[in-house]
Amino acid sequence: MAEWTQKHLLDLDDVTREEIELVIETARSFKEVSSREVKKVPALRGKTVALLFFEPSTRTRVSFELAAKRLSADTLSIAANVSSMTKGETVLDMALNIEAMNVDAMVVRHQASGVPQILAQGTNTVIVNAGDGCRAHPTQALLDVFTMVDKLGSLDGKKVTIVGDILHSRVARSNISALTTMGAHVTVCGPGTLMPAGIAQMGVDVTTNIERALDGADVVMGLRMQKERQQELFLPSITEYVREFCITSERLKKARPNALVMHPGPMNRGVEIAADVADGVQSVILEQVTNGIAVRMAVLYLLLGRKAD
Amino acid sequence: MTQLSKIMDSDQVRRAVTRIAHEIIERNKGVEDVCLVGIRTRGVFLAQRLKVAIEGIEQTEIPCGILDINLYRDDLTLISHQPQVKETLIDFDITDKIVVLVDDVLFTGRTIRAALDALVDLGRPSCIQLAVLLDRGHRELPIRADFVGKNIPTSRTQDVRVKLLEIDGVNDEVFLEEGH
Repeated sequence: MAEWTQKHLLDLDDVTREEIELVIETARSFKEVSSREVKKVPALRGKTVALLFFEPSTRTRVSFELAAKRLSADTLSIAANVSSMTKGETVLDMALNIEAMNVDAMVVRHQASGVPQILAQGTNTVIVNAGDGCRAHPTQALLDVFTMVDKLGSLDGKKVTIVGDILHSRVARSNISALTTMGAHVTVCGPGTLMPAGIAQMGVDVTTNIERALDGADVVMGLRMQKERQQELFLPSITEYVREFCITSERLKKARPNALVMHPGPMNRGVEIAADVADGVQSVILEQVTNGIAVRMAVLYLLLGRKAD
Repeated sequence: MTQLSKIMDSDQVRRAVTRIAHEIIERNKGVEDVCLVGIRTRGVFLAQRLKVAIEGIEQTEIPCGILDINLYRDDLTLISHQPQVKETLIDFDITDKIVVLVDDVLFTGRTIRAALDALVDLGRPSCIQLAVLLDRGHRELPIRADFVGKNIPTSRTQDVRVKLLEIDGVNDEVFLEEGH
């Protein structure tokens, strides 16, 4: 089994299959920890993890915070709207100040793509990307892959269909990276206006026809309509999107009988996914949330649970 | 070339396991409330052998689990080669049970210290006992084994290599390797 060698987790572009498998294997043991009565192990005792969230987030922030706490690390959480950012401080200056307080890792979410890279270059602290702009959300993709492997075994040759706003989705980008590395065939489906140029070069099939996209799929992943990132009009109307792309139980019949239904959350019920599908027997949406903690524990352990370079 | 000297062969390992099985039964006046927990990696297989041996003698089933102690190590931030964490699989409640921890070699005692912490997080056993195939001395902590297959005097620079059929694919044997 490979050893984890990266200092940071910024995206999954350079992460190898062996490294993803190591994360999955490690996460398996952490899932057991979260099922105990005493949900805590001392692996990161004495370490401090700062959570810098410059963009609203509940699920990911709570997930990282619980992950750090279950490893016995101390956490501190800073939200952009109450921070000195409102007084004009730059992100890097703020990070340097937090680093000066001997923090071991910073988990960063920012609405601008590339901020985690800037902090990784400008500080000496371990940086974990918790989502930057439209670029990458590596831990989400790792927890999605973990959930799929947990349910399906090997992903070699499996068909994974991602439906929705691909253009604005860092989740889609990181998932495409991780899934193709793991040997899956990825199909992306959505309105042409929400499909990034050159996406096919990432080694995926692109279609605007949902029936074709779902045909024979082993996994169907819906993505949220990101209204906050859509400054221009990408769609004639939400009603039209629903008519063309909503994952309904009728459409889901095109996929394999036991195909997994996934969604990174938060969901817009009745927009990208029908409520009965989201709550249906094929849905593993809440399991994704449970697995998220285990995967983030694995990532923090792999990055911090060893001698510092 | 490192020099190897054989200190146990497969017959000796088998006899040691059988004897420890008898000792566990005798010490605990039967095996009511006794459960076995093997420490990864080789303790797991020794625990399974003890389970088979004890069940053969007592004609009753005893639970057997697997413990990974890596998250409880005291040297995680001192070593650069990070140990791979594997699953702990103990699917029974250890509270009020007599837990017999099983490992292959008892050396500094630090692995056992970590195992004790890990066990206490899982419940409150009425008693924890320790069974090892080999005790090679050089303790750094006040820990001793209750059941020992063989005591071997070693120098600190020597390595003790245990090979077990289940994981190493060769007949059981124990070697003493000169330091490098």
